[in-house]
Amino acid sequence: MWGLAAAVPLAFLGLFFALPVGSLVLRGFVADGGLDLGGFAEVFGRPRTWRIIGLTLAQATVGTAIAVLVGIPGAYLLYRCQFRGRAALRAFVIVPFVLPTVVVGVAFRSVLAPSGPLGFLDWDGTFAAVVAALVFFNYAVVVRTVGGFWAHLDPRAEQAARSLGAPPWRAFLTVTLPALTPAIASAASIVFLFCATAFGVVLVLGGTGYGTVETEIWVQTTQFLDLRAAAVLSVVQLVVVAVALGTAGRARARRERALQLGRPERVAHRRLALRGPERSAGDLLAVGVTAVVVVVLLALPLVTVLVRSFRTPTGWGLGNYVNLGTTGGSNALSVTVWEAGLNSLRIAVDATVMAVVVGGLVALVVSRRPRGRGTRRAVRALDAVFMLPLGVSAVTVGFGFLIALDRPLGLDVDLRTHPLLIPVAQAVVATPLVVRTVLPVLRAIDSRLHEAAAVLGASPGRVLRLVDWPIAARSLGLAVGLAFAVSLGEFGATSFLARPDRPTLPVVIFRLIGRPGAENLGMALAASVLLALVTASVMALTERLRAGAAGEF
Amino acid sequence: MARTLAHPASTGNHLRLGAFVAAGALLAGCSTIGTGSDDDGASEDGATTGEGGGTVVLVTHDSFALSEDVIADFESSSGLTLETQAPGDGGALVNQLILTKDSPLGDVVFGIDTTFASRAIEEGVLDPYTSPNAGPDVEALAVDDEGYLSAVDVGDVCLNIDHEWFAEEGLEEPTSLTDLTDPAYVDLVVTTNPATSSPGLAFLLATVAEFGEDGWEQYWADLSANGLKVVSGWSDAYYVDFSGPSSEGDRPIALSYASSPPYEVGEGAEEAPTGAMLDTCFRQVEYAGVLAGAANPEGAQQVIDWLLSPEVQADIPENMYVYPADSSIELPESWERFAPLPEDPYTLDPAVITENREAWIQAWTDTVIG
Repeated sequence: MWGLAAAVPLAFLGLFFALPVGSLVLRGFVADGGLDLGGFAEVFGRPRTWRIIGLTLAQATVGTAIAVLVGIPGAYLLYRCQFRGRAALRAFVIVPFVLPTVVVGVAFRSVLAPSGPLGFLDWDGTFAAVVAALVFFNYAVVVRTVGGFWAHLDPRAEQAARSLGAPPWRAFLTVTLPALTPAIASAASIVFLFCATAFGVVLVLGGTGYGTVETEIWVQTTQFLDLRAAAVLSVVQLVVVAVALGTAGRARARRERALQLGRPERVAHRRLALRGPERSAGDLLAVGVTAVVVVVLLALPLVTVLVRSFRTPTGWGLGNYVNLGTTGGSNALSVTVWEAGLNSLRIAVDATVMAVVVGGLVALVVSRRPRGRGTRRAVRALDAVFMLPLGVSAVTVGFGFLIALDRPLGLDVDLRTHPLLIPVAQAVVATPLVVRTVLPVLRAIDSRLHEAAAVLGASPGRVLRLVDWPIAARSLGLAVGLAFAVSLGEFGATSFLARPDRPTLPVVIFRLIGRPGAENLGMALAASVLLALVTASVMALTERLRAGAAGEF
Repeated sequence: MARTLAHPASTGNHLRLGAFVAAGALLAGCSTIGTGSDDDGASEDGATTGEGGGTVVLVTHDSFALSEDVIADFESSSGLTLETQAPGDGGALVNQLILTKDSPLGDVVFGIDTTFASRAIEEGVLDPYTSPNAGPDVEALAVDDEGYLSAVDVGDVCLNIDHEWFAEEGLEEPTSLTDLTDPAYVDLVVTTNPATSSPGLAFLLATVAEFGEDGWEQYWADLSANGLKVVSGWSDAYYVDFSGPSSEGDRPIALSYASSPPYEVGEGAEEAPTGAMLDTCFRQVEYAGVLAGAANPEGAQQVIDWLLSPEVQADIPENMYVYPADSSIELPESWERFAPLPEDPYTLDPAVITENREAWIQAWTDTVIG
C-alpha cells in the first residue's frame, strides 16, 4: 500500500517534471548522436559564468538571511502574541507572495527611481534593490513557516529557564531558538530556492549588468537557443539546489521529534507588553522590526500600486475598476479582466486539488519511519525530490513540456496543448508547499499511537482514517490556501502554456502593462489589486480553517 | 512523555472542513477539468476532415488579438474552428517552433518578426505558401523569394519624445540618432536591453543600419557617455522612466513604438503630448507562415489568406497596436493624426540579422554595460 501511495506522486512528478526537464537538459548534451560534455568546459571557461554563479549565490544567501532575520520577529508577533488586527495582518503579509513580478518590479522601481520617494537611496538597478524585492516576496514564507510552528511550541521550557534566572534574551537563544530550528531550516530552504530562481524582479530591478543563473538560462534558451549552455547552467542550478536542500534537511532532521507541541489554544498567547511595568525589550524589538518591514518594505510598494490604481486619465476615481469589465484601452485584451479572473479561479481549483492529493500522499509516505536503513533513505530522498520543482527554471520546465509531452510514454494524447496542462504545471510548483505544510503535522504524531491501534486490531486503513486523518486534516486548510495562492500567482510556467482566448489574471496583467496608455496601466494596477484581494481573502478563509495546525509553512 | 497532536478534531472543525470541501467540489464542477472536450485533440481533427472542415491551430504570441466578429466570420465562412496557442513571444516563439518541428504545435504561425524571420526559415519550420491576397505591399516586405513568410503587419520601433517636457524646458527637440549624443541632451534617454527585450534589439539594429557594422559600437559608447539609461523591458522604460503623461519618470525620451503616441492623447485633445521620433525608427515586420508538417495545411493556408484580407488588416491596428501590412487600408482616425508611420525607417536584411544577432548583442553588452 505504501508503494502505491508513493507511486502515484512519483508518476506525476516523473511525467510532468522529470521527463520534460530531463529531455531538455539531455538535448543540450547530445550532439551528432553522441554524448557531448564539451559544453561544461566551454561554459565554465567564460569568466561571465563564474560571475553569475557568484551573484546567484550571493543574492540567494543574502536574501534568505535577511528574510529569516526579519521574519522571526514577525513570526513571534503574528503567531505568539495577541493584539487587535492580527488576523488582518496575517492575511496582508501573504499578498506580496502572489503578486506578478512585473507589477512589483514597476512598483518597486517607481519608489526607487531617481524621481520616486526613496530615490535618494540611489538603489535603482542595484544588488540592494534585488535583495529588498526578494525579502518583499518571501517574508511571508518565513513568518508563516516559523510562526505556524512557534504557535504550538510548549512555552514551559522557556518559562523554566526564566524562573531559573536566565534573562529573556538568553532563554530565547538557548531554549526557544534551538527548538525552532527545524521550522527555520525549512523556511530558509524554501526561501533560498525562490531567491535562487527569481527571474522577473532580477531583470527589472537588477539593472542591465546584473545576471543570475536563472536569467542566463532564460536568455540562452529563448533568445539564442543555445541548449548546450542552458543545459550546463541547469545542471549548475540543480547542484546548488541539491546542496541547499541537503543542508536544510540535515538541520531539520537533527531537531525533529524532540519537540513538545501543543494545540495553540492551550499554548498561552501573551498580550503585547509595550508599556508599564511588564514592558519587555524583546517585544519592543519585535514590534519595531516588524513595523519597519511591514510599513516600508511591504506597504510602500503595495500602496503605490493601490494609489495609482485609482488614477485615471480624467482624474482620480474608480474608472480603472469599472474598466475591468472591458477588454482594455482599444482591446488590449481578448477577454475582460473578470473573465480572466474566473479562468484563474477555475485553474486554481484544479491545480489545488492535484497539489493537495499529490502533496498529501507524499507527506503521508515521508512521515513514516521505516525500520530498514535503505527504506529510510528512500523516504528522505522522496521528500527532497519533491522540492526540486521550486529550484528549477520555469523556462526549462516550459520548453521541456514542448519537447517531451507530445504523446509521452506511448499515450495517444498531445499533452502539450491540453487545457489541463496549465493547472498541472502549477500543481507541480504548489506540491512542495503542500508537503512542507502537512508533513510536520504528520511527523509529530506519536508512532506509538499507530502501534497501539494496530495491536488493538485496527486494519492499516482504519489506522489511517482514525489516527492520521483527523490530525492531518487540520493542516489541510492551510495547504489548500497555499496551493491556491501559488496557482493564482504563478506566471513563469503558465506564460509558456497560456492560450490567448483563456488567459489567467497574471497573464492579462502582464499584457496590459505591456501596452501604452494611462488606461491600460490603470487597468493593470486595478487587476493587480483584484488579484491581491482574492489572495488575501482565500488566505484569511483558510486561516480560519486551520484550527490548530503546526505547519512548517 | 511528549504531548502529541492526537486530539480528535472537534465537530466544529469537521463541519467547517466539510463545507469547504463541498464548496471546492462545486467550483470544481465548473473547472477546466470538465471542459477539455471542446478543445481537445485539436490538430488531429484537422487531419481527419481535410477539405475545409475541422480545426485549425494558430500558434502565435500572447499579444494576438482580433475582434470577436472578425474571428466568427472566418469560422462561419471557412467551416473551420480557429484555435490559438501562445507559447511565447519573439525569440521564444521561434525557438519553440524549432524545438518542436518534428511534431508541430499547430498548423500555422503568426508573429515571427523581422529579427527572427530568417532563422525560422533556415531551420525548416515552415512550408512555402503565397496567398492570393498578398498584394504589392506584402510582396515588398517579403523575406525571401520562396514565400515561406507573408507579412501581416508593421510595428515600427521608435524613440518616443515628450513634447510637453521639451516645451517646458524651452529646449529644442532632438530629431536624429546623432542629436542624442549632443551634450545638450545629457541624461534624457532611456532604452531597453537588446538581450531581454525585442524593441531593444530593434533599436540596436537601427543603429547598425545607420552607422554601419564599423560605426555602431562607437555610437553606443558616445550615447552611454551622454547619460543613456538602459532598463530590462518596455514596461519598465515606458511606465517608470519615461516622463510621458501616463508615467512619472524623469526621462523625456524613451524607446517605444510608432503607434504609442495616440494612447497618450487625452479625450478631446487636439495635440498629442508625446510623439514618435520618426528618424529613429526600425521597421519591425510580423509575418505568418504555414508550419511544416501541419496536420491541416489547407486550413493553415486559409488562415493566411484571412490574415491578409482587408477585413483583418483593418482590424489589426486597434487590436494589436501595429500597422496593417497593406498600406491601402485606412487607419483609425487618431492614428492618422498622432501616429504617422515613418516613411523611411531603418531596415536590415533578416539574413544578416540572424547571422550577427548574437555577436552584436555581445558587443553591445561589452560596450554599454562593460
